[in-house]
This record gives sequence, C-alpha cells and structure tokens, in this order.
Amino acid sequence: MNGFITGLLGLRRGPWEMLASILIALGVVMLMQPFVLWLFSYSFIVTLVGTVMFIIVSHFRE
Amino acid sequence: MTNPAIEGAAKKTPDGLARRIRGLSDRTIAWIFVAPTIFLLLAVNIFPLIWTIRLSFTDFRVNRPNNEVEWVGLRNYQRILSDPDIWATMQATAHFLIWTIILQVLIGFTLAFLINKKFKGNDLWTTIIVFPMMLSPAVVGNFWTFLYQPQIGLFNYAIAFFTGADPASFSMIGDVNLAPWAIVIADTWMWTPFVMLICLAGLRSIPDSIYEAAECDRASKWRQFWTITIPMALPFLMLAVLFRGIENFKMFDLVVQLTGGGPGNTTTLTSIDLKREAFERWRTGYSSAYAVILFVTVFGLASIYVKALNKVKER
Repeated sequence: MNGFITGLLGLRRGPWEMLASILIALGVVMLMQPFVLWLFSYSFIVTLVGTVMFIIVSHFRE
Repeated sequence: MTNPAIEGAAKKTPDGLARRIRGLSDRTIAWIFVAPTIFLLLAVNIFPLIWTIRLSFTDFRVNRPNNEVEWVGLRNYQRILSDPDIWATMQATAHFLIWTIILQVLIGFTLAFLINKKFKGNDLWTTIIVFPMMLSPAVVGNFWTFLYQPQIGLFNYAIAFFTGADPASFSMIGDVNLAPWAIVIADTWMWTPFVMLICLAGLRSIPDSIYEAAECDRASKWRQFWTITIPMALPFLMLAVLFRGIENFKMFDLVVQLTGGGPGNTTTLTSIDLKREAFERWRTGYSSAYAVILFVTVFGLASIYVKALNKVKER
C-alpha cells in the first residue's frame, strides 16, 4: 500500500494505470448493474475520467 | 552486390520520374507511401468520431436537415443516463455479454483440449466444429428461429426428450424469461468454434518438452493441467475473451434476426436500441451521445484488457 501511494506521488506509470483501470472497471459495473439508478447515471463520468486518465498516465515513466 | 530485379525495375522507371525521385529524401518517400493510408484513416475513422462527438451536443435530426440545429450542451447525456429504459437495455446487454463469454470460453477451451489430443478423424471433427462460425449471422438467426418454434422446432423436441415436458408448452423466443437465454444459446453455438480455434493455437504452442519434464518430476495430469496448460494458454484465452467481449457488446444482426429485440424489450441490446434511436426515431444528436457513451465504455475496457494481456505475456 505504501509503495502504491509513493508511486502515485512520484507520478509512476504502474500505480496510476492501476487507479485508472479501477475507475474504468467501476464505471462499467455501475453502467450495467441492476440495483440503483443513480449509479447508472454517474457511470459514464467515472468511465470517462478513468479512460482519459489511462491515456494520459500511459505516457508516464515506469 | 545489386539485386537484378531492382536494377531492372530502376531501368524501367522513366528518366524524368527517376530524376525527381532521386531528389527526395528517404523520409519524404516514406511519407508519400504512408500518406494515403493516414488520409483514409482520418477520413473514415477520426473525422466521423469527432463529428459524432460534436453532434452529441446538439438536437440535430438527420431527417430534418433544414431545421435550425440548437446547441443543447450535456442535455442528451443527462437524458440517456437517467432513462430507465436505457438502463434496462444495459442490463440485457450485460446478461448477454457475461453468459456468452462464460459459456464460449468453457466450451471452447474444453473442445480445444479434446481436439488437441491426437486421434483418428481429428481434422474432420475440427472442420465440423468450425462450421457454424463460417455462416452468416443472418442465416444463423433465421434457422435458430425455426429451431425454437414451439410446434416444429427441434430445440423444443430435444428439451422435451430430456425433461419430459410438452414441446409446445414453452416458446424460447416468445417468453420474456427464456428469450434472453435463446440469444445466448444461438450466439454460443455460432462463436464457440472461434474461441476453440484461439485456444487450440495456444495449446499447440506449448512445447512437449515441458510436459516431458513434468512427467520426469512425477507431476500428475491434473497438476500439469493447472501449472503448465492453463498458465501457458492464458494469453490466448484472454485474447479470445477480448475479441468476444467487444464483438458481443456491439451484437446486432443475430439478435435482430432471431428476436427483433422482443418480447417487449427483453432482448433489446444497446446496439439495437441505438439503431432505433438513430434510424427509426431519427434523433441523431441523442443517438450520437448514446454512441459516444458506448464507445468510451468499449475503449476503456479494451485499454485495461490490452494492458493485462501484455502483463501476462511478459511473465
């Protein structure tokens, strides 16, 4: 966990890509879950933020 | 040492053209060759994408081209993401996506594992199994409609044979509970061979020497399967899941032919709903926003999947 936070603060690619992947996966689950409508409503913005973040952080150094 | 073929071609080049080419750098010549492809890519892929994003912020209707187009900001996105009908469509797509992938991977990998064993008639069986994949989705949808007929359908008779139920007592494509499974079964039947072929490529890429070494170490078949076969075939399995996941997220033709999205909206997948919004209700701006939402979802999923695939390959 410490390494993850240090990586985020040091703008390393691995932890940031992990964070972006979690956001994308969370957005897709929110989009397709059958339980709460407001989760569906906010799913797109979560996926979009994750996807844009993924594109940007994939240019960070290892 | 010169290549006579290249020398011959050079001699055939007209003098004027040869002089002009000689004046160009390698980099310029490379750009001349690549430029048409880049232009085509921009015209066919990038321009429509940017145009769709632009339209998604307007109330443009393509059947009323003379109407004034109003900039509506995020209103289309707000309406889509608060619409319970679209939410239901997403759930239908999720059901279709999850079950088709699970079934196709399980059955496809099992078939690949069996076909990978050397036995008589191996090639014949491979051809027979691969056959459904070669058919058009429209044809498959059409004949599965007949197979699912309650009165004459072979599927109902097969179920009746195993369960003792009356074949005419249930309709796979007319029942709201069974119709989502009807499209899952038809798609699994059609695309399992594709997953099988990818898995077969993975299994055949594992060198025999690894199994021989495991035999020397007295590893059981079960242990060999879990510690050699599965890890080495995993990148191929993941590739199959990626291909099928993206394809099934966009599934249209087979389901339209089979159920038309019914009964009710139980088999209306996102791409069918999108087509209805765009070309039946003619809400171009609204459907563009819908398309952008689907695009971002597929793009995001594909990004993390490609990353995961690269990690597995590096191991």
